[in-house]
Amino acid sequence: MTLDWKSGGVLLGLVFFLAFLLVKPIGVSTQFVVADGVIWDMLNPSLVVTGADGTASSAVTYIDKNASKIANPLNYDFIFVLVMILGAAASTLARGGLSREERRVPALWAANHGNDATKRFLVAFASGFIVLFGARLADGCTSGNMMSGMGQTALSGYIFTLGAFAAAIPTAIALFPRDTSPNT
Amino acid sequence: MQIVLAIILGAAFGAVLDRIGATNPSILNRMLALRDLRLAKAIMLGIGVFSILTFAGQMLGLVDVGHMSVKAANAGVFLGGVLLGIGWAVSGYCPGTAVCAVGAGRRDAIGYVFGGLLGALAFTLVYDAVTAMGLLDGIAGGKVTLGPVPGSEYGGVLNIRGDVLGIIMGLIFVAVAFVLPERLRPAPVVGEPVRA
Repeated sequence: MTLDWKSGGVLLGLVFFLAFLLVKPIGVSTQFVVADGVIWDMLNPSLVVTGADGTASSAVTYIDKNASKIANPLNYDFIFVLVMILGAAASTLARGGLSREERRVPALWAANHGNDATKRFLVAFASGFIVLFGARLADGCTSGNMMSGMGQTALSGYIFTLGAFAAAIPTAIALFPRDTSPNT
Repeated sequence: MQIVLAIILGAAFGAVLDRIGATNPSILNRMLALRDLRLAKAIMLGIGVFSILTFAGQMLGLVDVGHMSVKAANAGVFLGGVLLGIGWAVSGYCPGTAVCAVGAGRRDAIGYVFGGLLGALAFTLVYDAVTAMGLLDGIAGGKVTLGPVPGSEYGGVLNIRGDVLGIIMGLIFVAVAFVLPERLRPAPVVGEPVRA
């Protein structure tokens, strides 16, 4: 079951604080670029080159900004995001796992747009494309800009949050008028 | 040691995102449609707790101010936020929660992550053009916090101590989390479950 918002909020704040205290603020979306770079560099090893002084670099500007992380994917940020998968998997299993239907198509989507799993997969694919393009344009996503950003009182965090909710709220209201229960 | 911390903190973050319901697109979309704000209350309380502990810790000298990492304010942050907001509302996933949803066994999240890898690649390819358009030119000082934080490398928008402001903002987030009602819009139309 979902945690009560008070305990959940305190736990969430503690994780962000501990990450800040021990290492650095939490962020996720940069690792999509690192993953791209790792795959791209496997296909074309000249993408990231390591100089005589051990410094990694690339002719592609945005890859160059993350060159050292791509040359060595076993770094804090990349492992952090990979392990999130395991943390969420363990938590889901501990609360009994998801039903077969829910794993195919989320309930609210099914109530509004049907239970065609292929359609849902393609919509999620297109959404992921827009979201990560946007997150890179904004230099951070919900974790890095909204939570870590506003938590540090960064001006960019407030601007990002304003843009994100200004678009997300009307979109969600328009797309999901129906639900599975009147109590949600 | 850094890798050990990555494993502990990453697993904790993934588990907490799952436990507050953030890996469930239905819960996310009910929040964005303003029908069930319990997740929003948890997120705001989380930001508040993080802010208060961080800035109080800095004032007491227990937290390293050098760990602050502030991103630049520019037009791209707003535009990117809008794009992210659209995809967030359509899918019910943001990048972190989609990665977690893959772990939870959601098949659509796999599609989202592949789309995300392609979207990040598309941005990588147009990065030079985006820079040339001036979208990433800093506004209001670029990498700034609300007030200058003593010992940090970042400037402030206001001439008030940044750590004091940080604690005040944290308290405001906590207060709003408590004051915000659980629902801002009326109950939904109950659909005939479309599921077979």
